[in-house]
Amino acid sequence: MDLSLSEQHRALQSQVRAFIRDHGHKSPKVGGGRKRPDQKTLDWQKLLVEHGYVGRTIPRDYGGFGAPLDVMESAVIAAEFAHANVYAGLTNQGISMLVPTLLEVGTEAQKRQWIGPTIRGEVIWCQGYSEPGSGSDLANAQTKAVLQDGNWIVNGQKIWTSSAHYADWMFLLCRTEPDKPKHEGLSYLLLSMRSPGLEVRPLKTMTGRSEFNETFFTDVKVPADQIVVGRGKGWYVANVTLKHERLMIGDAGKMTHRLEQLIHLLQNTEIDGRKLIGVAEYRDRLLKLQGEVLAWKAHNLRLLTEAAQGIDSGVKRMIVKYGGTMLGFRLASLAVDALGAAGLPYEPQGEDAEDDDATTWNIDYIYDVGLMIGGGSNNIQKNIIGERGLDLPREPKVQNAAAIGRG
Amino acid sequence: MEFALSQEQRLFDDSLRNYLADRLPMERLRALAETGNGFDPELWQGLNELGLHGLLVPERFGGAGLGVLDAAVAAEALGNAAAPLPFAGTVMATLAFMLCATEVQQDDYLPSIAAGESRFTVGFAGLAGQTGAANLTLDGDRLSGRLTAVMDAGAPTNVIVFLRDGTAAVTDAAAATLTVHRSVDRTRPLTDIVFDNAPAKRLDAANDKLAAARRVLDAGRIVLAADTLGAAQRMLDRAVAYAKERVQFGRIIGSFQGVKYMLADCVTMLEPCRGLVWYAAHAQDAMPDEARLTALHAKAHLGDVGRDVARITTEAHGGMGFTDLLGLHYWFKRISFNRQVLGGPERCREEAADLQGWTLHA
Repeated sequence: MDLSLSEQHRALQSQVRAFIRDHGHKSPKVGGGRKRPDQKTLDWQKLLVEHGYVGRTIPRDYGGFGAPLDVMESAVIAAEFAHANVYAGLTNQGISMLVPTLLEVGTEAQKRQWIGPTIRGEVIWCQGYSEPGSGSDLANAQTKAVLQDGNWIVNGQKIWTSSAHYADWMFLLCRTEPDKPKHEGLSYLLLSMRSPGLEVRPLKTMTGRSEFNETFFTDVKVPADQIVVGRGKGWYVANVTLKHERLMIGDAGKMTHRLEQLIHLLQNTEIDGRKLIGVAEYRDRLLKLQGEVLAWKAHNLRLLTEAAQGIDSGVKRMIVKYGGTMLGFRLASLAVDALGAAGLPYEPQGEDAEDDDATTWNIDYIYDVGLMIGGGSNNIQKNIIGERGLDLPREPKVQNAAAIGRG
Repeated sequence: MEFALSQEQRLFDDSLRNYLADRLPMERLRALAETGNGFDPELWQGLNELGLHGLLVPERFGGAGLGVLDAAVAAEALGNAAAPLPFAGTVMATLAFMLCATEVQQDDYLPSIAAGESRFTVGFAGLAGQTGAANLTLDGDRLSGRLTAVMDAGAPTNVIVFLRDGTAAVTDAAAATLTVHRSVDRTRPLTDIVFDNAPAKRLDAANDKLAAARRVLDAGRIVLAADTLGAAQRMLDRAVAYAKERVQFGRIIGSFQGVKYMLADCVTMLEPCRGLVWYAAHAQDAMPDEARLTALHAKAHLGDVGRDVARITTEAHGGMGFTDLLGLHYWFKRISFNRQVLGGPERCREEAADLQGWTLHA
């Protein structure tokens, strides 16, 4: 047990601090939700890539910094940016999901073409996975692609495509082998959002904003070589991607930040003339959450240590998305309760303006429910924890459609 | 940075678990639980040979000179086996001598702890959040008054008491009147101790006696939290094993989502607790700024998670879980015991609030 930093990591820490001191004033504002990065953000992102604070371990040939893999370095960098409240770089589905997927299973040409522009924020990706009829049952995707004269011809519909309204490209899971069993009939394609026949309609969610879209495909042409791994391998590739999404959602740094904001809120909000922190019921809820956040922070240190040692954390990793989203929601719930009636006025400003504090807490509170559902809903997570983590038997497969009332 | 147990800690853990698995099968545990005094000379001696009792005693006094993290690793193994043993008392007494006693007093007592020749119980009067009577006075070197529901006092040779202001004193158990009650947890009793002008030695070498008393107390709380972790893990492992073999409606019950989700919830709650216990224990040894807060949260959080895991895993066993036959209830009750002694979750969190200045506005 040693929580101190090695000499190499202390050196990196000083380097990051010096960078923030010299360049921090150029940083865009932290947070602000999902939107197309503006010029200031792109300039900042480029600077981060050059210094190796983004894409640190990605080979230089693909536009990265080429440092050897060292999860502790990433943790040191993240901690310094968080501590200084400086923007640590774009997080989007291209950077967090597609890039690691291509690095793991893409061709040399795909890596050279896509990774650099994606980590610099020049190319924005969206994810074409869920469909109206296949949400949790992702492998049941019915959007079709047929190979014709060197192009895939895509027809069908996707839903929950966040950022599709400003994305440049999509990674798409679709059915190319209709005669094969469902898991073996999928392929993973890359396509331009400017392709003719592709229509994006915003989907208003319960937050009142349009964080997602529906995407319709009518004879959309995709060049045959824009496939990852190969025909019928889409399920395998999609699972590589999902593994990265689930880790992204259960972020201990985000929880710590939210807890700190919550403490501040309870110390500064009054109820009938008393500070909420002085009211035992609210205070005890806050303390329970503080204990839980401490536990998840320590858990994160364990995962980090195991990742650095190349150990597969197994069930310890599988619980992160489920446990993390539930805790995030409980934190936001206390904030909403602390604000009480005075926190109910709600005017989300959309992508181009900042929300007031109460609206932000309410958006977090509502949006967290979406996080429990997205990226493999929490019940799907519990299946994974039970079946892959605890080795419990799977639910028996339904033998025919009539048995489930669909016949 | 490396947040993991060392090779030595893992080896010690293995040898402890192997020993306990061998020496404490269910029928032996049942027999010991019948007396309920939380002490078995054979087990005590066997664990003495493994070096358990002197774990925290400095090497110059014949111990291993290790830290609270090592004690937490041991406590998790003891909880996992529901071992009847006054381990928290040993850990707290060792720290009491290290933090509060003179060199001469250390020399008088620590070697006998390390050799397994003396067994200590440590009682707190009005400091640890325990319910029941706690009126002690120390007049010169004479101790009087009554402490109820003291743990690890089934068969002690010595008693250490902390008064409300942090004043510490040690007496021979023979100088006090001890009434041992079997508790709901038959692996550990609770004891009422009456002192009537009992000869006592003050342990007053600490610069800040209240701070020292709290360090002793926090180490005890971490031992209890780790014990709950081990006990809850045992219950979860048994429930998972049961869910893989029991068949109903023609199916292994673990394939039902109703059962599977109960167990998935347990592992999601329990696994981060291991990190918390390690972190809090390590903080006692190496991160004084974080020591108090993390100890309080470890005790409180494990109390809460332990209760949930104990209930859900019992339920997962169906009617069998409710019987005496499986013996699962020993762990259920062990977890109940750990939750209440040295301050329950609400009390520990309130102390955490004080510590952070959050009660000033009340």
